[in-house]
Amino acid sequence: MRRISSSLVAVVLGACLAASPAQCEELKDLYFGEALYYAHQSDYFSALERLDSEVMQHGELDEPELGALQYHINDAEFSLGDFELRYRMHHRAGRAIKAVLEGAVDERVRNDAAYRLARIHFQKNQVDDAMRALNRIDGEVPKPIRDDVEFLRANIYLAQDKPEDSMKVFEKLQDSDSYGGFAAYNLGIAYLQDGQRSLALEQLDRAGQITTDDPAELAIRDKSNLVAGTIYLENGEQERALPYLNRVRLDGPFSNQALLSAGWASMATEQFDRAVVPWSMLAEREVTDRATQEAMLALPYAYGKLDIHGRAAVYYGRALDAFGAEVDKLNKSIDSIREGKFLEALVREEIRKSEDWVIRLRSLPETPETYYMMELLASHDFQTGLQNYLDLADLRRKLLAWEASFDSFDEMVAIRHEHYEPLLPDVDIYFRELDSRLRLRSEQHKMLVKRRDDLLTTPRPEFLATPEEQAILGRIEYIESQMANADIAFSDSFAARLKRLKGRLTWTLETEYHARLTEFDRNLRSLDQAMAVAQAEYDQYVRSRQAATHSYVGYDTPIKRLRTKARESVAKVELLMARQGRLLEVVAIEELMARRSHLENYGDKARFALADSYDRATQAQAKVTDE
Amino acid sequence: MSCLTRTLLLMLLALAPLTNGLAQDLTAGDMKSLDGQVQEIKSDVLGIASELSNLEERLLYPSNTQVSVFVALAEKEDFRLDSVQIEINGELATHYIYSFKELEALQKGGVQRIYTGNMTTGEHQLNVTIMGKLKSGKDFTESDSFVFSKGIEPKALGLTLSGPGIQVGSW
Repeated sequence: MRRISSSLVAVVLGACLAASPAQCEELKDLYFGEALYYAHQSDYFSALERLDSEVMQHGELDEPELGALQYHINDAEFSLGDFELRYRMHHRAGRAIKAVLEGAVDERVRNDAAYRLARIHFQKNQVDDAMRALNRIDGEVPKPIRDDVEFLRANIYLAQDKPEDSMKVFEKLQDSDSYGGFAAYNLGIAYLQDGQRSLALEQLDRAGQITTDDPAELAIRDKSNLVAGTIYLENGEQERALPYLNRVRLDGPFSNQALLSAGWASMATEQFDRAVVPWSMLAEREVTDRATQEAMLALPYAYGKLDIHGRAAVYYGRALDAFGAEVDKLNKSIDSIREGKFLEALVREEIRKSEDWVIRLRSLPETPETYYMMELLASHDFQTGLQNYLDLADLRRKLLAWEASFDSFDEMVAIRHEHYEPLLPDVDIYFRELDSRLRLRSEQHKMLVKRRDDLLTTPRPEFLATPEEQAILGRIEYIESQMANADIAFSDSFAARLKRLKGRLTWTLETEYHARLTEFDRNLRSLDQAMAVAQAEYDQYVRSRQAATHSYVGYDTPIKRLRTKARESVAKVELLMARQGRLLEVVAIEELMARRSHLENYGDKARFALADSYDRATQAQAKVTDE
Repeated sequence: MSCLTRTLLLMLLALAPLTNGLAQDLTAGDMKSLDGQVQEIKSDVLGIASELSNLEERLLYPSNTQVSVFVALAEKEDFRLDSVQIEINGELATHYIYSFKELEALQKGGVQRIYTGNMTTGEHQLNVTIMGKLKSGKDFTESDSFVFSKGIEPKALGLTLSGPGIQVGSW
């Protein structure tokens, strides 16, 4: 029973781990929002590319606390791990979340990180590491993940073969809104693992009667009933098994298995006519299903037991034809895979757009019969391999597109180089002239500003004299010095006249000083504005000049480096694709060959039983005729 | 009874994760090793993508002329956004028609960078027209104009759409 429990638990947990990407309440960083936009479309490559850059740029800021991402930094770092996890980069996801866990973060954030890390370990089947991560949870657990944490804890206990511990947790989760149905079923499995058969059956009985309209919970309800029915069948209690098998919905994913088991339960109690009912229904269903194929043999077997050998022979004949046709289909499918059609179908664009692309594979022409691979396709390892193959195909497409864009970049840089290179020497000559003129004017402006500031503290009226007044003043001073040094004496009236003239000028300068200073200041202010305009134009010119250079200088090395990296990556991707594809083909072919061998075996049995039924029918006919 | 045992065995087998265990055992190691290598190459290609984006931005949208327009939906909006048309200075910048997946991503709080281009410093006119359907089933078209100023640093404009209504903010 261990095999049942471990596989079922894995399915249940897988369904529950599909939570949506992070979503914060009020978005303040557009670039973080942009990453979420891609993540919400399941384009995790684009989401990671953007968020990685944004988090890195935020870390490089001089004052990261002023950056817009600061409001979401914990969410962003979580989301990085989350997106990496969803993009199946478990190694990086683990590192990203560990970094959050070991950083100085809030208790709730740390606990959330511990849960996510535990989830990664559990998905990688590292159950002890998963439990160690969960044990780091201490204090307040964020409400939205409280049930998630406990559900994961219980499942880890189950995987660690500690059913008693898991039961305690599952019991507490019975009323959980999100896990009620799953916890009810898993509790039954835990009892089973603990060897408490009757308690397990009681619990599975409860889980098999939950009222719900949720498709996932309906499926788990069916599974509970199927497992309970199977346990009773194993124990030879067919009558008790039947009600559970009958509870399984006829249109659910477990209906084929339930119908088959119901038939065998009736056969075991020799109620052959009752076995005919579910098997007749099942024999008409999808012929590629294992249960259907078995029912196609079992149905005529039941008719044989009812001594209706003629009808049995007809059904054996139908089964034989159907098995033959299916073996042909399988042969074609195996050939198709060997020709590489399976991998070709996988990478078709139209297939990838649909969420149920695995199902849609069937409808494509010239593709193998993927229904026979459904169980394989549902297995974790094969799915990982498939997804990796698809991811590699995506990476290859991206890299090839980038390789083409490098040529465009080179061309763009060359055109800009050709355009600017002849223009720039003349521009630079003009710029140097302009630069020296502007520097001169700037120095003059600074000197005037200083003079005005000096005049405000130490008034010097002569500094504000008009050129004419300055000339007169100079002339007076000259005459005064001549008079002082002359050998002859000047008349008093001449000296008085000169003194009056000087007094008149001084009067004007002194009395008009404030008005002149105001005028000087006004003029200087308008000069400030003109200088600011000139400086702005100068700065704009410098920026344009730099932009011209930056538009074509310094790209050769990065383009060359990126081109080399892309080329190397294409080679690596192609090699990995070939290896991964080959591995998928081998596994798929082995699966189909196993199914073919199984069908061939059924075919042999049908052939023998057909002959036997004809004999018996003939004998019965002869007996009737004799009588 | 032998049939019953066989059936149960088959059923157990069907419920097990892998049907051909032997083949899987043989290839599980290879799958795991390949998985590690695939993760490595993903990391390498993400690095290239990031470097390439930076290079592309420097080459095509230098910071002194760069203008980006982002679109987000107002919280708890349930109208169906069909398209957004943006004109800058009277010239069509972009006309975007939304798929269901993209609309859902916006409704979940994602922000779409709808346009990136180059503008000179100074004032510019932004005209936005949105088309969609209200919850009542009524079609609507809403247009609005905004003036924004472009400085020497990159400009990011965020449009928050509601049914019907447009708000613009600078980031």
